[in-house]
Amino acid sequence: MKLTLKVWRQKNSKTRGRMETYPIDGIDEDMSFLEMIDVLNQNLIKEKKDPVAFDHDCREGICGMCSMFINGEPHGPEKGVTTCQLHMRSFKDGDTIVIEPWRAEAFPVIKDLVVDRSAFDTIIQAGGYISVNTGNAMEANAIPVDKSIANEAMNAAICIGCGACVAACKNSSAMLFLSAKVSHLNMLPQGEVEGKRRVLKMMKAHDEAGFGSCTNTGACSAECPKEISLSNIARLNRAYIAASLTSEESI
Amino acid sequence: MKLDSKVPKGDLGDKWTNYKSKVRLVAPNNKRRIEIIVVGSGLAGASAAATLGELGYKVKCFCFQDSPRRAHSIAAQGGINAAKNYQNDGDSAYRLFYDTIKGGDYRSREGNVHRLAEVSVQIIDQCVAQGVPFARDYGGLLANRSFGGVQVSRTFYARGQTGQQLLLGAYSALSRQIENGSVKMYNRHEMLDVVLIDGKARGIIARNLITGEIERHGAHAVVLGTGGYGNVFFLSTNAMGSNVTAAWKAHKKGALFANPCFTQIHPTCIPVSGGYQSKLTLMSESLRNDGRVWVPKRKEDCKKHPNEIPEEDRDYYLERIYPAFGNLVPRDVASRAAKYVTDEGRGVGKTGYAVYLDFSTAINRLGKDLIAERYGNLFDMYHRITDENPYEVPMRIFPAVHYTMGGLWVDYELSTNVPGLYAIGEANFSDHGANRLGASALMQGLADGYFVLPVTIGSYLADEIRTAATDTNHPAFKKAENEVKTRLEKLLNIKGDKSVDDFHIALGKIMWDKCGMAREGKGLKQALKEIQELRAEFWKNVFIPGDAHEFNPELEKAGRLADFLELGELMVNDALDRNESCGGHFREEYKSKEGEAVRDDENYRYVAAWGYSGDPSKPELHKEALDFEFVELKTRSYK
Ligand SMILES: Cc1cc2nc3c(=O)[nH]c(=O)nc-3n(C[C@H](O)[C@H](O)[C@H](O)COP(=O)(O)OP(=O)(O)OC[C@H]3O[C@@H](n4cnc5c(N)ncnc54)[C@H](O)[C@@H]3O)c2cc1C
Ligand code: SF4
Ligand code: FES
Repeated sequence: MKLTLKVWRQKNSKTRGRMETYPIDGIDEDMSFLEMIDVLNQNLIKEKKDPVAFDHDCREGICGMCSMFINGEPHGPEKGVTTCQLHMRSFKDGDTIVIEPWRAEAFPVIKDLVVDRSAFDTIIQAGGYISVNTGNAMEANAIPVDKSIANEAMNAAICIGCGACVAACKNSSAMLFLSAKVSHLNMLPQGEVEGKRRVLKMMKAHDEAGFGSCTNTGACSAECPKEISLSNIARLNRAYIAASLTSEESI
Repeated sequence: MKLDSKVPKGDLGDKWTNYKSKVRLVAPNNKRRIEIIVVGSGLAGASAAATLGELGYKVKCFCFQDSPRRAHSIAAQGGINAAKNYQNDGDSAYRLFYDTIKGGDYRSREGNVHRLAEVSVQIIDQCVAQGVPFARDYGGLLANRSFGGVQVSRTFYARGQTGQQLLLGAYSALSRQIENGSVKMYNRHEMLDVVLIDGKARGIIARNLITGEIERHGAHAVVLGTGGYGNVFFLSTNAMGSNVTAAWKAHKKGALFANPCFTQIHPTCIPVSGGYQSKLTLMSESLRNDGRVWVPKRKEDCKKHPNEIPEEDRDYYLERIYPAFGNLVPRDVASRAAKYVTDEGRGVGKTGYAVYLDFSTAINRLGKDLIAERYGNLFDMYHRITDENPYEVPMRIFPAVHYTMGGLWVDYELSTNVPGLYAIGEANFSDHGANRLGASALMQGLADGYFVLPVTIGSYLADEIRTAATDTNHPAFKKAENEVKTRLEKLLNIKGDKSVDDFHIALGKIMWDKCGMAREGKGLKQALKEIQELRAEFWKNVFIPGDAHEFNPELEKAGRLADFLELGELMVNDALDRNESCGGHFREEYKSKEGEAVRDDENYRYVAAWGYSGDPSKPELHKEALDFEFVELKTRSYK
């Protein structure tokens, strides 16, 4: 395959970026998208030029590191996959492919396609945990959990923290990410205990980190590589209202 | 050097209990003043950092990814073992211990392994309390599956994403400690050296990967949970960034490196499809619960469509050769068997380097829905990568490098021979001997991090309560920092013609061909020469763009490869020293008539702990003899 790549190049957070055009040839349709970028980078290195910086690690769709905005969509055109799981068979010979970083105020660009997503960590630190010290736990089977609830919790827990939901959202809201964590923990009996406090603290951290508010466009869930459901946001909203009304603690 | 394993005396089941009741403690007011550096935020590092923080220590934790949640542990699929005996199938701590010792081909310490089996049950309790959504049965209780090399069902799992869920559990505990200030997290930082003062580990030198700044960090103790070194082979199932650098720097500062040649080749991975390939994808071993491995009986059939090859023309070779364990033989055995059938010319697929893993029997017996529930995401992953539907056509699989049993030598307390320097998780060599059984790395990482290290480190720190905070202006820090900077500049100034990947691919090929699934004296000797030449060429001809004061992934890769180029030689030396076949280390010269591994317990029943002499080509061998008091050494048989 022969392609034309238009790639966002930006030296660091202090400089302004621009699109650069790179023709590329000899791409196999069984290659993954990142392997295609590897080829581009090897070519650039051979020409003693600076390769395109991008985040990646596991290359199997689980670490959440890869983050490319491809032809206007986070993680590209296929549903339910990350950039590293996208294969070149999804493109046609002669295509032009536009590749940009995630764009959101809370995710500043570090270099080229690499952004800083530590705001996600900050949200989790605010309450995305169950307060149990090592050694505190009771016998595991002492807490039976309805299989369907365990399943629902798992459906939310599979979020990989990639940030595509934020990149897809016109308000740069992280509500899908946040609600997935709240659903996972609040649905389980272990996590219910501190459920209200969790919701209030995490919502506060979300807003302080510079993420926008949710206007229910649904773009997040449509672009989420793990197909995290919008129902998590609805559940979060209900929990937030309930917690705001009934919580005695001020967060 | 006399190596003291420090395994406590006494009965197998009493050792850990006795140790815990006698180990020295650090009082809470002293803990607040004691600083500990944990490098790594995988299962081992995150669980250790969180637990140490809970105990009241001042912890700094480092990882090179942009968040601790992305450590390579996230990719583990199949499950985690624990001797809960929930299935009432006769499991016990002793049985888990025995399976692990036998699975490791009798090259691990009895005391360590029994402790691992004992704490395994606490791990499950802890993870459930944290909200890890393990699979459950209709009664709401935890479900189990079985893994290779054992005859009980003791593996806990969360779909095909067990590592993800366990790591997110540890990450949540870590996040809680970060929030309350007991742990300070350093993302996108790479440790580039450990600093010793008066022979004790007192800090590290790290590079801020965003700005390129070189930083000094002091502490009372340093813990390495930096993972395995499988990427020395270039292609492996490890994440792209997995590397040996932290452990290797520790080695060069005096820490012994144990059993480096013990590497695990996993039997069920998606075969290589082209020269552009950057990594290999594992298909969890749990698939062998329901999948049947076969190749055509006749070479002529290999290019036929698998569904057109009738039952009687298929060779279910694992079931044929190993009737007792069938498709669930341990990994080393399954991998070697695949090598033999493909060497005979009976491999399938484009390249001929693949065998079938077939689910049609299971789908007929259990229905497609149940199979989808068990393995759905793995099937999807396979489908996406290969463009073939495994519900209809058998999967094609082939062995690939997956795990490294070798690592930094540690004693029972998980301390390296350098005082104050600890190694946990895949970075140490401790519990898996010459071959790791499935679902036991997650168990070991969490055992080390949650339950073992936080106890044992007290025995060292109890003597450090009067030690003031480390002064990072000490000459030892200055010297280490200068060395790090000089080396980065040296790499950048080579300005040669080949990329880092060019060299890495070449190293990987040498390692795979000559120090991979099967090894032979002659090939190994040749590998030594080839690695030395490649290393010399690397230092003359590599090209790294950019500079050291910016975000520079090529520079990171070059530093890691430079260390792999030294480690590779040590692995080959270790493989040459070990004139026997055991576990994942298979020497062509030492096999039975049937092609099975032949161990030499008389001469090689030891841990090979290598010291750094100053010249990577002249490592110094120290031996820790392995004494077996409680199990009888037998030839491993899965027939
Ligand atoms: C695809 C796959 C599937 C697997 N499935 C299973 C399974 O089902 N069951 C099982 O038991 N095991 C499984 N394993 C093995 C298991 O996942 C690993 O052995 C285990 O997760 C290793 O954990 P760790 O904490 O030791 O290291 P890792 O998770 O590799 O973490 C290493 C950490 O160290 C950091 N680090 C490394 N070097 C530096 C440095 N120089 N400076 C700063 N930070 C550094 C990294 O950032 C990272 O945070 C699997 C492995 C693979 C590859
Ligand atoms: S919700 Fe989906 S898109 Fe958002 S971070 Fe999680 S996995 Fe990524
Ligand atoms: S590289 Fe890990 S999800 Fe893409």
